Amino acid sequence: MAWKIFLFVLLAFVCIAGIAFPIVPVPTKWYEFPFIPGLKENAKIIFFHVPTAWLSVVAFLMSTIYSFKYLKNKNLDDDAKSYAAAQLGIIFCILATVTGAVWAKFAWGSFWSWDPRQTSIFALLLIYGAWFALRSSIESEEKRATLSAVYAIIAFLTVPFFVFIMPRIMKGLHPGSADDTNSGPVIDFKMNANMELIFFLSLIGFTILYFWMWNIGYKSIIYRDRINKKYRG
Amino acid sequence: MNNYLLQVKDVSKYFGRRLIFKNLNFEISNSGILGVSGDNGSGKSTLVKIIAGISSPSSGIIVHNDDGKEIVQEKLHNYIGFVSPYLVLYEEFSAYENLSFFSNIRGIKLDRERADFLLEKLLLFQRKDDYVKTYSSGMKQRLKFIFALIHSPSLVILDEPTSNLDSKGKDTVYQIIENESKSNIIIIASNEQTDLNLCKREINLQDFKIK
Amino acid sequence: MSAKAYALYLKDFRSEIRTRYAVNSLAMFVIVATSVILFSIGNETITQSLTAGLFWVVIFFSAMSGLSRAFVSEEERGTSLTLQLLAAPSTIFSGKLLFNMVLVFCMNIVITILYSALFDGFAVRNLTLFIVSFFFGNAGLAIASTIIAAIISKAGAKGTLYPVLSFPILLPLILTSVQLTLMSFEGASFSDAKFELSIIICYDVIMLTASYLLFDFVWKD
Repeated sequence: MAWKIFLFVLLAFVCIAGIAFPIVPVPTKWYEFPFIPGLKENAKIIFFHVPTAWLSVVAFLMSTIYSFKYLKNKNLDDDAKSYAAAQLGIIFCILATVTGAVWAKFAWGSFWSWDPRQTSIFALLLIYGAWFALRSSIESEEKRATLSAVYAIIAFLTVPFFVFIMPRIMKGLHPGSADDTNSGPVIDFKMNANMELIFFLSLIGFTILYFWMWNIGYKSIIYRDRINKKYRG
Repeated sequence: MNNYLLQVKDVSKYFGRRLIFKNLNFEISNSGILGVSGDNGSGKSTLVKIIAGISSPSSGIIVHNDDGKEIVQEKLHNYIGFVSPYLVLYEEFSAYENLSFFSNIRGIKLDRERADFLLEKLLLFQRKDDYVKTYSSGMKQRLKFIFALIHSPSLVILDEPTSNLDSKGKDTVYQIIENESKSNIIIIASNEQTDLNLCKREINLQDFKIK
Repeated sequence: MSAKAYALYLKDFRSEIRTRYAVNSLAMFVIVATSVILFSIGNETITQSLTAGLFWVVIFFSAMSGLSRAFVSEEERGTSLTLQLLAAPSTIFSGKLLFNMVLVFCMNIVITILYSALFDGFAVRNLTLFIVSFFFGNAGLAIASTIIAAIISKAGAKGTLYPVLSFPILLPLILTSVQLTLMSFEGASFSDAKFELSIIICYDVIMLTASYLLFDFVWKD
């Protein structure tokens, strides 16, 4: 129970601090953020956008790991864990895409410009979408678990290719990408200590939130299966 | 004489979270006929599929031994003959083409003598060059026996072997089963009493459910 | 092992000649898709990069219309069980892959001929680069679409699901292939295209290995 209160306080603080703390040219007080050229006030999205993008990748990774485990042990609980992770993953993926697009409208002038990161998250959305489409088309639990596990692993194998080929094909606009000249690697140089602190607190807070939601998610799937089985006889 | 040993050890099968059967244990060696009986939906087909290596059990193992050596999964299909109502042969080919493609895919040469002998015996010789799609369901069932026996398997699995057959067909099939059982292991999964009468041993799957 | 896979390929080939199930739909799809593109272009001249992109658009959608047949036809007729009783999973996969390879190569050669006849922008300057990238691109397309075909043959909604599942998997391959095709138009040398070629070869190798390892799970009930 105590950790839930802690999580609430942590996320509440991150939300308030992330939105309310002012950005000034030369920070002097503990609650002031530095001015990052090219990002300006828009920089505050980092506290919310980056954790969602991070979690959509973590969820995909976990979904793949549990898919692998399922194929190894044929335990349907692993499939439930993989499914719960992917359910959260697609939510965070949509959130990251939308927050990113809104931010891009103000920073780059258009909602969508096929920046490598935008293309990558679009590919991730496609993979999630295809994965759920595959699952909903299979009746038998075991077959659904096996086939979606195989698909998740194959899809996971394509990820490194995106990382390598995207920058070759399109120019990066995203802060932190290699050819981004005006804002540079944001985390390393441009944030001051308290901005970094809130950024990492936010990352930690959202990650704990994710694991909590995932835990509830997969347990509810397993219990629902058991209840269904009981009433079906 | 055949030296084949089939061991079924602690085999259980679940579909999803639904139990089909649990802790099945038996052993059969060299030759003879084993019957598998049980009500509809008791898992007869599931069990024979598991033995044939087509499905995997939820837990437990199946060991196939030939001459004291364990047969690896990748080679198992060459030791097994399988007949069942849900087995389908290629309709766009003739019986003879079917048999020759099957042998080639197995990586062996079609034994023409044996093929002709079996076709003759199962009353299909006259029609061997006709497309399978022109066959009646009884003829297709008889062709499946040739499919199962053409590579001289040591373990023949028959799931409802006499479905769709007329009495003449049944007699032929029983005769073939008797013959094969002298040197090979035959497993019959059926509800027909006449099929089960051939069996020296019988397993009733009803006994492996949790009451 | 390879002889068995070849026997399976021959079976599929003979069956294809008798039923002409995949070839007809593939050929019609190529014609329909190419003519739709030609109509929409009208009298405009299009750039080479657009030509390279449209080339792979037609290849992708034509592949999606015919390549699932290898497994779906077996599953629909109920003959997958027969195949399981005849050969080891790796043999089945090799045979089906060989069949799809041949289909992809025939299809893409036809598409290439059509494009070079109908599109002004389709002018290959570095022919060896084009052929090499064409080869590896087609191989990757055949490998990925064969394993996805195996997956969807076991699922419902087979027809609609195939392009949906294949697209994210094929996306890196298609993006790289478009790049390579464009380079061959521009007359780039092999050393310019080294990076893209190595990406595409890695893709082929990784997909082939993963498909062989994972096919067992898909194939067995």
